[in-house]
Amino acid sequence: MANSANSSVSYVRTEMLPEQAPPVSEAGVVKWVRENLFSGPLNTILTILSLVAIYWVVSHVFQWFAYGIWTANSLSECREVRDALYADGRNVACWAVLSERWNQLLFGFYSADAYWRPVVALIVFFIAVAPVMFNFGGRKLAIFSAVSPFICYWLLWGGSIWGPILTALGFVLAWLAYGQITRQFGALAGIVASILVPLIYWRFGVAPLTGLADGILPIGIENIQSKDFGGFMLALIIGITGIVLSLPLGILLALGRQSDLFIINKFSVIFIEVIRGVPLIVWLFTASLLLNYFLPPGTNFDLMLRVIIMVTLFAAAYMAEVVRGGLAALPRGQYEGADSLGLDYWQSMRLIILPQALKISIPGIVNTFIGLFKDTTLVVFIGLLDPIGLSNAIRATTEWNGIYWELFIFIGLCFFVFCYAMSRYSQYLERKLATDRH
Amino acid sequence: MALIPDPSSEPFRLGQLIYDRRYRSMTIQVFAFIIIMAFLWQLGWNTVQNLSELGKDFDFGFLGSRAGYDINQRLIEYSNDSTHGRAAIVGILNTLLVAFLGCILATIIGVIAGVLRLSKNWIVARLMTVYVEGFRNVPLLLWILVIFAVMTEATPQPRDFREGGDASMMLFDSIAITNRGIFIPRPIWGEGSTLLVAVFFASLFAIWAFRRYARKKQEATGQILPVFWISTALFFVPSVIFYFILGGPVTLQLPELGGFNFTGGLQVRNSLIALWFALSLYTGAFIAEIVRSGILAVSRGQTEAAFALGLRPNRTMNLVILPQALRVIIPPLISQYLNLTKNSSLAIAVGYMDVRSTLGGITINQTGRELEGMLLLGVFYLVTSLIISGVMNVYNNAVKLKER
Repeated sequence: MANSANSSVSYVRTEMLPEQAPPVSEAGVVKWVRENLFSGPLNTILTILSLVAIYWVVSHVFQWFAYGIWTANSLSECREVRDALYADGRNVACWAVLSERWNQLLFGFYSADAYWRPVVALIVFFIAVAPVMFNFGGRKLAIFSAVSPFICYWLLWGGSIWGPILTALGFVLAWLAYGQITRQFGALAGIVASILVPLIYWRFGVAPLTGLADGILPIGIENIQSKDFGGFMLALIIGITGIVLSLPLGILLALGRQSDLFIINKFSVIFIEVIRGVPLIVWLFTASLLLNYFLPPGTNFDLMLRVIIMVTLFAAAYMAEVVRGGLAALPRGQYEGADSLGLDYWQSMRLIILPQALKISIPGIVNTFIGLFKDTTLVVFIGLLDPIGLSNAIRATTEWNGIYWELFIFIGLCFFVFCYAMSRYSQYLERKLATDRH
Repeated sequence: MALIPDPSSEPFRLGQLIYDRRYRSMTIQVFAFIIIMAFLWQLGWNTVQNLSELGKDFDFGFLGSRAGYDINQRLIEYSNDSTHGRAAIVGILNTLLVAFLGCILATIIGVIAGVLRLSKNWIVARLMTVYVEGFRNVPLLLWILVIFAVMTEATPQPRDFREGGDASMMLFDSIAITNRGIFIPRPIWGEGSTLLVAVFFASLFAIWAFRRYARKKQEATGQILPVFWISTALFFVPSVIFYFILGGPVTLQLPELGGFNFTGGLQVRNSLIALWFALSLYTGAFIAEIVRSGILAVSRGQTEAAFALGLRPNRTMNLVILPQALRVIIPPLISQYLNLTKNSSLAIAVGYMDVRSTLGGITINQTGRELEGMLLLGVFYLVTSLIISGVMNVYNNAVKLKER
């Protein structure tokens, strides 16, 4: 039966054909290239144009970049070394400016035997933010985080150790006052006391106590003035301080703008809109030119501190708008749910609303951080020596007159690394906090 | 059941100001108001004291006095005999000029880069990613300085354009890129040019009217007119015809090499070029991301549904994708325009005479009127911002998803 069927229908195949490799044009590299680079006339043109552009850039820049000279003391020496090394008269980079001015680009005019201090301060900072950023450590590390600003301040500016310690004591006093007074007179009096006690202490107590402590036990390191700060250290100090301070301030402003209280709401709106409506550079000039008018006669405080305050206020206004977006994006039911649980305003914000709103606004918050960090370069216009200011200063010396690209590339790369790392971190954080997918 | 006593029947007690939620908000507001007012009063009082100590008054009269400095880039007549007020206006116009040019170029760059970043072409998509990340993560100030350095260091000097030099002019000897700026032909407005300009604006109006008519007709009858071709024709034909009828009222004066520099033509300074390109490339990178997210925000089902209805790809784009994507794109786009306008104050880095350099820079230095100058400067930027965001709100309300 089977045989007869086979003989009559002779074209039916009886065995399986072996699997064949796909045609060359439908597999592997060729397929990928066909689909991704040459899928149509427009794509082909674009590919060729891009290849030409890449070739042009690489052919012009690569040699300059890779054959650069790393050891020389001036631009003219660099050129001599180049002419001795390469007879064909090629143009190469003079990276020697980076190796010779390395410390200056990183630390400005900070005194050379104290370079370890900013480095340690940076390490302290990273240890302090580790519990927040990567969620480990626990309670002990959290206490360290709370103390770390004072350690960093002391390391960077130096001076007597008692100043930062006694200033930090103000917060302990506030906490003690809150506890004691609340127990005896109620919560409101406790809050008022926790504000007033440290203020009085800082105004009248810190200075004499510091003098006293110094007289008994003088411990301190060399004091370094703000005007000696510079380079990436300055950018990082302004950037990090601004970032750390602007987030809480921005959240408060956002809550103020969402608030039902008429005066607080209007004040927040005016503050945010005025700050955002005017460029940062105008605010920085205000800080350097006008602040003396607004302060009590005779007071004068550090330019760097003024800049940090201005940058913080500026970033806080942008932060407030980002956080407001997050607050507005929450479903109404979350607010009503919090109310129906009987939570008061601050409890509902702290436990229910803000955790969700901040999670939604992470990309915007990190964008504001990145913007703030990039904006630290603007301080060059009011005379602080950030990396760009230092590049101008280096170019003004006779040794390095006329050097542009090497410095620009270095500064750009450093900023790129920091900003790109921040944006990658925000993507990691978003993935980590995502609760709506598994 | 009503165990809670009616609160209104109880007499008011002072404690309610703190413990009763109805009164507490009032208490908080009154305290906040007092603190804010005390703070502002303190600022004002300090300012008055400091001013009187320095022997200064608060007076905007300096705007009417002679400026005494030159501005190398101006859109209106100005000399060093003009007033500080006029110098401020020159600066404002320069700011608006670079902001306007920057917004246009940034939009073009951003849209192209954003669309190309979504392209299936691997190399192009990667190149655009490099562009976007490179510009977004590096300070704008650095880009301005880099482009300015390119313009001044890597371009030929005017004398290289002479016989035997290694530089040459572009586009039929009409454009010269030198380290002193780019020289382009200058239009000479002859007799009858006013009429020509009027005709041109009339044709723009005609295009707008025609497009409106075409849309109305399409909505009423479904008939689609060839909008693009008729618009193009309307744009060019009347102006060209009138140009010849009037006997060529507008001529171009080409830049020519004379002595050590180019004469004639229009000199676009390096400061303007560097600021313009840097602002455009920087903002373009942000706009590219906005465009990309706007296109991605339109769900794929919309495209598929449009194809299922038999629409061709370009009609799908115009009638289905773009209207929905634009709703997502426009608000952040306008806030980028706002950022660009504010960032144009970085003109200080390259010496472009914008409002911060004239009113907020030289005028303040010469008259010593920091307070008044900075105040006017702040008000200018604030008003510009508020106008732009006001326009944005009007637009947002116009295109908002109308839920029925």
